[in-house]
Amino acid sequence: MSDAETPTDPSDARDEQAVSDEEFEPVQVFPESEEMDLRPGSDDCYKCSTCDSACPVAEVDDEFPGPKFQGPEQWRVKRKDDHDIDDSVMSCSNCMRCDSACPSDVPLSQMHNTARGQFVEEQMEKLSREYVRNRILANYGTLAGFASKVPRLANFVMGNSFVQSINEKLLGITSEREFPEFADQTFREWWHERGGNATSEKRAREARAKRDDASADADDKRVAYFHGCYSNYNTPEVGKSMVRTFEHFGYEVMVPPQQCSGTPMFANGMLADAERAAETNVRELAAAIEDGADIIASCTSCSMSLRQEYPELFSFEGTASVAARTYEALEYLRLHEDLDAELADAKVEDAEFAYHAPCHARNQGLAGQAVEVLDNLTGANAEDVGDSCSGISGTYGWKEEKYDTSMEIGAEMFDHMEDTDAETGMTECPTCAMQMEHGTGYEIRHPLEVLDEALVERER
Amino acid sequence: MAIEDDVTVVGGGLAGMTAALAAAREGADVRLLSHKDSTLRSASGLVDVLGYDADGTLLADPFEAIADLPDSHPYRTVGVEGVREGLALFDAVVGDRYRGDHTDRNALVATHGGSVKPTARYPASAAPGLASDERSVLLVGFETVTDFDAPLAADHLRAAGVPFEVEGATVQFPGDFRADAARTRLADALDANERLEVGAAGSGGSGRSGRSGGGAGGGESGYTTSLPARKALAETVKDHLDGTERVGFPALLGQHETDEIRADLEAELGAAVFEVPMGSPSLPGMRLEGAFQRACRDAGVRFTTGNPVVGYEERDADRHDGGVAAVRVNRNGAAIPFHADQFVLATGGLVGKGVDSDREGVREPIFDCHVPAPSDRYDWFADEAFGDHPFARFGVETDDDLRPLDREGEPAFSNLRAAGAVLGGSDFAAEKSGSGVSLATGVAAGRSAAREVTR
Ligand SMILES: Cc1cc2nc3c(=O)[nH]c(=O)nc-3n(C[C@H](O)[C@H](O)[C@H](O)COP(=O)(O)OP(=O)(O)OC[C@H]3O[C@@H](n4cnc5c(N)ncnc54)[C@H](O)[C@@H]3O)c2cc1C
Ligand code: SF4
Ligand code: SF4
Repeated sequence: MSDAETPTDPSDARDEQAVSDEEFEPVQVFPESEEMDLRPGSDDCYKCSTCDSACPVAEVDDEFPGPKFQGPEQWRVKRKDDHDIDDSVMSCSNCMRCDSACPSDVPLSQMHNTARGQFVEEQMEKLSREYVRNRILANYGTLAGFASKVPRLANFVMGNSFVQSINEKLLGITSEREFPEFADQTFREWWHERGGNATSEKRAREARAKRDDASADADDKRVAYFHGCYSNYNTPEVGKSMVRTFEHFGYEVMVPPQQCSGTPMFANGMLADAERAAETNVRELAAAIEDGADIIASCTSCSMSLRQEYPELFSFEGTASVAARTYEALEYLRLHEDLDAELADAKVEDAEFAYHAPCHARNQGLAGQAVEVLDNLTGANAEDVGDSCSGISGTYGWKEEKYDTSMEIGAEMFDHMEDTDAETGMTECPTCAMQMEHGTGYEIRHPLEVLDEALVERER
Repeated sequence: MAIEDDVTVVGGGLAGMTAALAAAREGADVRLLSHKDSTLRSASGLVDVLGYDADGTLLADPFEAIADLPDSHPYRTVGVEGVREGLALFDAVVGDRYRGDHTDRNALVATHGGSVKPTARYPASAAPGLASDERSVLLVGFETVTDFDAPLAADHLRAAGVPFEVEGATVQFPGDFRADAARTRLADALDANERLEVGAAGSGGSGRSGRSGGGAGGGESGYTTSLPARKALAETVKDHLDGTERVGFPALLGQHETDEIRADLEAELGAAVFEVPMGSPSLPGMRLEGAFQRACRDAGVRFTTGNPVVGYEERDADRHDGGVAAVRVNRNGAAIPFHADQFVLATGGLVGKGVDSDREGVREPIFDCHVPAPSDRYDWFADEAFGDHPFARFGVETDDDLRPLDREGEPAFSNLRAAGAVLGGSDFAAEKSGSGVSLATGVAAGRSAAREVTR
């Protein structure tokens, strides 16, 4: 039996460690404290400053004191409760690069998320323009939900330069960016029109028969798709490709009810909003796991959130098993199918891509995966454009006061994209895609769309 | 099916990257798995082979001294030839970024603490600073870069009896950087030759420097002018120069344009300019890491980083043919297997987390390889703080082919080799052998692994 089948609860593991490391555990000095206490993590920091050298914001913004200050140092001075959170924590873009840089496993991004939550709750004026703007941006899914009811009107209004300048003046949402277009039909609408689960079950069964895979138990080949807001409202093509590709391999796809993954909420310190969304997601996804499904996401920030941020911040029942059973779509296929062989038999025409690995893919150990996979596909090639951050970091690059920083961070990636032979970009993250397009004018695709084209479309 | 390669290397430090590169150059399909970045970011960027013998005597020629090392030392496993092969691969990767390959003898490099250290290869940027050179030296420190106290380092060097005159001066880095600005930030300013404000009455606060689009900044008081960073830095130092022939700065002269920055400073100052290697975060270490990563990528090595390897699967659990089938990466509770034909363990020592210790004993956490250690914990340490501590030598023992041995002295797995600081038998800090051991054993383990799959 693999460890995957006996997931250990990461939050439990942490507790156990806290107990067995015993004696010097400063948290035990305050036994009454029920709140998240990250001071023991601060004590692991030996001030090597490696995290500061990895932070893309600190690299271009001299006012930002960097992750070491935001994390361990800030938590250390917080030993006294009357100490305020420094407002610079709102300039952290939540790229989580500092996490993987730290040789001492200091939970930096968890500290930032928690500090940001406290700052917003206790120190931010709820009627301020910044708060209102951040709340709107963080709850993009809600906004998109309304807009998708009237996509054409919404596209017209959002694309209107008058509205854009009002957004900037009134709300501090930069007018430099084009609002993403809303699709005429959301992914979920398409899914229901197509016949939902029943259709997927049928197609998967047919595919298994055709692949001579009939022996595979239907229960072994079931995934629940976490589509997130963006592929639902803006790029349903990605979701459709995901469904078709998985069905091609004989998987029955389920699409459970779901809310925003919470990534934009964490980044804006809206922890209460995130918690509400997370509760629904954990409940629904845990139920899908009960039904024998693994969870698949096509957006790397969504999978990051389910895998790492939920267990770090929340303790709903099932959080740990959702974290352990959530996979990025391509990762899942690589682990369970002979994807390399399958692709070796397929081909596409002239598919040259400049590939950018999103920060949140990096943190999950997925950077470079798309390049490796496309290596095997005749006609396709993806060139990695290096390890710089795209700079948009979700809602960050939408803020008027952060726009320049965001573009300054992205400049290196734009240059590298233009240095490659490709004139199409590729990434798994929808906001990185937005930034890549904004900075270079390239069309950006998701690896799943290429897989769909190579494996499924040729059969139709 | 799962992910499968010819050779999987666990660990992304100097030893892991060397093993991966060596194996890939032999024609194997190689994957490198690493949890974190390497300790190179904390290391000085100097490449030591062997600086001191067991009695603490400084060694002029490390190669001559290898034969006198105890049998358990990794250098005795790979032999002098193995050490030379490691260095040859290093020289090929770094090209003219490093010096020292013209001689077998150790060079003496001044460190940021003001001691003199024997090393085999040193960055080109440190070359004019060698302690064997007799030209006079001015060391320049910056107020905000607190781990280099130039006047103190100069005192120490004088006390160490260096054959040249040496003075130290502390200046303010030009521009209006925050007091805790990262060293990389100052390096970036020099790389881009940003215009910096100079001449203002030092506000020293957290205002912005004069980068384009940089908003408020500059002098509220007094006369200021803005100069390109390199020129501004030279202006700051000129008054202290007083005819000195060499000027040493803490190692922050650019992340990428170090050669140009030094050339510009030398032209302005009319003196040789060098970098003094520093502690963490170390720019020379980061540059070295970058060079090795590029070489690995060019050779086709696949990198999968960000999650720890926590265990392994045996080749055939029933037959017990003693091989590793896959290593398992833990990703938030899910175990992701990576299959390969051959494996290299390069997870580092106590710092890199390849060797773990608790009150019960010392262990190698992934394969549970045997790590010999006295059963009484009081025998792990020497009495003096800088004594000959047994724990510094803790690590796995291997056969001639670098295969870790089990308790009975037999290879624990037929297809697993170990390289770098995870190996026992050397005390890299005391004998100054860290990078040399990583390079020599990395090349040997990588080539050996590749030969098994390509023959
Ligand atoms: C502070 C310091 C200063 C130094 N200064 C010098 C110097 O001046 N000159 C010199 O020659 N040498 C110096 N060294 C030593 C030099 O850096 C050596 O090359 C190094 O110690 C050994 O390299 P390594 O590759 O074996 O291990 P490390 O560099 O420690 O690398 C270990 C790697 O393995 C990874 N890893 C560990 N466990 C796991 C796991 N379970 N799963 C996946 N990955 C894992 C780590 O993330 C890391 O990437 C210094 C070292 C340190 C720490
Ligand atoms: S999450 Fe990213 S932006 Fe925030 S402190 Fe860490 S590295 Fe910097
Ligand atoms: S990298 Fe980790 S140990 Fe180093 S300063 Fe940052 S938090 Fe502290």
